[in-house]
Order: sequence, then C-alpha cells, then structure tokens
Amino acid sequence: MKKRDLSVIVAGVKFPNPVIAASGTYGFGENYATLYPMNILGGVSCKGLTLEKRDGNIPPRIAETPSGMLNSVGLQNPGIDFFIENHLPYMKEHGNVIIANIAGNTIEDYVEIAQKLDSTNVDMLEVNISCPNVKEGGMAWGVTANGAALVTKSVRAVTNKPIMIKLTPNVADVTEIAKAVEAEGADCVSLINTLLGMRIDIKTRRPILRNNVGGLSGAAVFPVAVRMVWQVANAVKIDVVGMGGISTAEDAVEMMLAGAKAVQIGTVIISDPYSPLKIIGGIEHYMNMNDVKNLTEVIGKVEKW
Amino acid sequence: MYKCGAYPVIEKTAISAGIYSYEILCPDVAELAKPGQFVHIKIDGFTLRRPISICEIDHKNGALRIVFEIRGQGTAKLTSLNIGDNLDMIAPLGNGFTIPDEIHPNRRVILVGGGIGVPPLLGIAKVMKESATAILGFRSYDKIILAGDFKRADSHVITCTDDGSVGFKGTVTVKLAEELQKGDVDMVYSCGPEPMLKAVIAECEKSGVPCEVSLEERMGCGVGACYVCSCRISKNNTEFMGRVCKEGPVFNGKEVML
Repeated sequence: MKKRDLSVIVAGVKFPNPVIAASGTYGFGENYATLYPMNILGGVSCKGLTLEKRDGNIPPRIAETPSGMLNSVGLQNPGIDFFIENHLPYMKEHGNVIIANIAGNTIEDYVEIAQKLDSTNVDMLEVNISCPNVKEGGMAWGVTANGAALVTKSVRAVTNKPIMIKLTPNVADVTEIAKAVEAEGADCVSLINTLLGMRIDIKTRRPILRNNVGGLSGAAVFPVAVRMVWQVANAVKIDVVGMGGISTAEDAVEMMLAGAKAVQIGTVIISDPYSPLKIIGGIEHYMNMNDVKNLTEVIGKVEKW
Repeated sequence: MYKCGAYPVIEKTAISAGIYSYEILCPDVAELAKPGQFVHIKIDGFTLRRPISICEIDHKNGALRIVFEIRGQGTAKLTSLNIGDNLDMIAPLGNGFTIPDEIHPNRRVILVGGGIGVPPLLGIAKVMKESATAILGFRSYDKIILAGDFKRADSHVITCTDDGSVGFKGTVTVKLAEELQKGDVDMVYSCGPEPMLKAVIAECEKSGVPCEVSLEERMGCGVGACYVCSCRISKNNTEFMGRVCKEGPVFNGKEVML
C-alpha cells in the first residue's frame, strides 16, 4: 500500500494528519502514552482551561445513552498557570499541533487566559464558548451572535496565535454565530460541542447526572454534526474543524466531505483508546482505494442534490 | 502501565443470583496487576466501558478473576460472554491497596467488605493469609459470596447478615469495633456501600488504626483523561477533586471526604 500524505492546513497551521483529539477526552496527552505515542495524532486539544483551577460539578458526571453518552464534568481543570508550567512542555515535546482549549466566566477571563498563552509556544487557541455544563459563562457566550462576537473580538485583540472558536449546536441557526465570529477575526471554527440532554433513573425518579442535565456526545449526534458542519462550511470562508460522534475513518471522511478541513474525535477514544490509530489508518486506506493524493480532493467535496 | 486488548475468558461461574465470576487469561496484565486495581471492560453495543475490580490475581497461570453483579443492561450483556470468548479490557488500572512487605506474626490486618464490595478484598486475603481477619457483610444468607474463598485463603472469617440468617445479625462495623478493641491491628482495608465506608473510617479513626477504602463512581475513560469520576480528597490540608480511576480507586480513609 502506498504511503499517502495526510497533512492538512487549518488556519495556517500544518497538521500531519487531520485527526485531532477533542478537548476533554485526552486530558493533557499523558494518559494514553503507555499505548502509543501522542504524535500519532495530528493534534491534541487539551482539557478546557479556566483562569483559576476548577473542581467541576458534583458526580455522577456521566451517563450511558443509546449510541452515546452524557457528561457534566463542569470544566474541572488545574487552571491556566498550572497548565503552562506543568502540562504544556510535555505536550509540545511529545505531540504535533497543540491546541489550548480555554473557557471563561467573563470577557476579562478569556482575555487574561489568551494573554498568558500568547507568550507560550502553544500552536493554537480553541475558544470554548459552548460548554453546556457550567452555570455562568460557557455556553451563554456561544448562544448569541453578539456574545460570540464579543468573546472573539476580545481574544483577537490580545493574541497573534491562530484562534478557533468552538461552537455550540444548542442554537436556532449556527451559521449566524459562525458568521459573527468570522467577522471579528476568528481564524477557524470547530463544531459541534455537545447537545444538551438528560436521563432519568426510573427507579429513583432522579436524573442520573447530579447536574440534572449534561452534554450528549458519541455516534448518536453524528448526523446532526455533519449537517451543521456542512451548513457552516457553506456560510463562512474561514476553516471549519468538524466533530461530533465521529467513530470510524468512514465518519471522518464523511465529515471532511461535508466541509471539515480536520476532524476532532472524543467519545470514541473513551470507548476505544486505539481508535485514533484505526481512524488515521482508515483514512489512508480510503485515499489508497480512491486514489486520493491529497485530502483537499475530499474536503467540502460533497455534491448536494 | 496498563494494557488494552482482547483476552479470552477461561472460566465462568454464576456464584449467586445475578453475580458472576469470570477468569480471564491475560499474562501481560496479570504480571502488572495488584489487589485493589480494576479492569475497564468494553461491552458490545455500549459506549461506556464498565469498571470492575480485580478479585484475584493468578500470577502462576497469568490469569485474573473478576466478580461482578448485574446492575443494568451493560453488565447483563456482559454475562452473555462464555468460556473462549474474548473480553475487551483496559487493565490493570488505578492504584491498589498498600500491602505491607511483611507482617509481624502477632500482628494482623482486617478486611471489611459489604456485598459486591467483597471481591476486591480477596486479593489481599491471598497475600496476608492467616494474618487477615475478613469481616464480610451481606443482606441475607442467599447473598453471601466468596466466604469460602476467604477461608481457603486462611483468613479468619466473620460473616454478618442484616437479617441474621447466617452469622452475626447486624452490621460489619459492630464486629470491626470488637476486633479493633482486641488490638494488634496494623491496617484496615474496606470496600462496600458508602454509608458502610463512612462507618468503617469512623471506627478506625477512633482506634487510631490506618485504613484504606476502595471507592466506586460512574467512570469514563478509566485512565485519568476525562475527569468524570472525581471525588473530594483532602491531603496535607488541601482539598481537591481526585480521580477515582487514577488517584483511586483505593484511597487513604483519612483523605476521602464522603
């Protein structure tokens, strides 16, 4: 079999392959090092970071759903300073493109975190305006075009790093939000974050999650994600990174056909730690079988009826 | 250090109503495993793996034994695996019990288990032999599991049932208090429902005997990446959220905040 060039360029950053570990499912890259090197992945987006350390929500924080799961971690993380000092050097040493996922309660939080990261060697910022699991901030910024634009503008003003805005699917028209962040200088968008969901234990009559509601991810959300990525890719000129329920190489190719320049995988890693290898290998196999020399021949190439 | 792969089931027994025992041939995992660690099992048709504690480690034959209860659809599906079928697992995971290198002939350890919390303690019983006193609590006689295994491991076994149908009628903590009063106890190890663990920790505090408890929480990745299975820990006067899968599942009783 021929070795193929799987590299893609997103927001000016070259990824050796289009598969990125999604924020929240790969920690800070060290947890799977015993199975395979982190640089198998094109990139890693780290666990969502806030200005101060956060404990997150009270457990239980996870529930099984048909073909997926709900989570309500609530951004447990060690804080931006700890990340820069203790996790970033390891990630840069062992990984390819390293993306810092950041979240704030206030605009000032986002700005301060972005400023701190601007002087590091992190490759890209992923600005999370879509976390459904925290009371203040998080998704509140991402559900209106004005809020999304304000965060983007404020972060853009303090960093030269490429910025990727992570969008929520919990809105009426995701293209409005995407256009708003594009207008304020976002280099690319990533979507979809999780869909708000709920499960109830019929014996105890209590929600399974202590937070009552949480974010739905996994194969169940994949068709919703493909649709939204396709809509956004057709609405903006900036690059789109697709995620949401990708479980196989075929799913990844489908997401790229919809318009994603790269893909993020998350829940499938929790199910199968070896899935990144299988998906990357499968994409190369698809390229061989279909004589694809470069993934630009696939990206956005769906022909709509 | 852990492994991820498919390993054959070599023995399967229903040891009580809804409770199953599997032996899995996995030399590379067995070599690494310690009592109190767990395996994280992928079940066909389910997104989330199921964490199950290691019950016994057979270093000679390179096998692990797990004992689990049907709790829902996932564990029910798991019982459809038969001898010869492959079990997909990540293992061994987490921090196990601290087992002393040697124990003075006149000293002993106490194992306190409640219901399906009993299995992970068997691994310690096998190491500690006659130096272990196992206080095992169950709802009633028909729920008793592994008492014979603890006896065969040379533990001194005290069985308790809520209804008195076998052994002492009452909770394990009453018996634990009695045993602690006798003295000579170096360490208490416990696994079971949260109220029981709280009571065990309180008894140990009273007599100044160190204890380790094994916790359970709904889990995601099992390897420390997803921060789902957190529990509140207090260590050196600082409180933080520890991961049951990574910093646990075994914690120092003084440090967990149940």
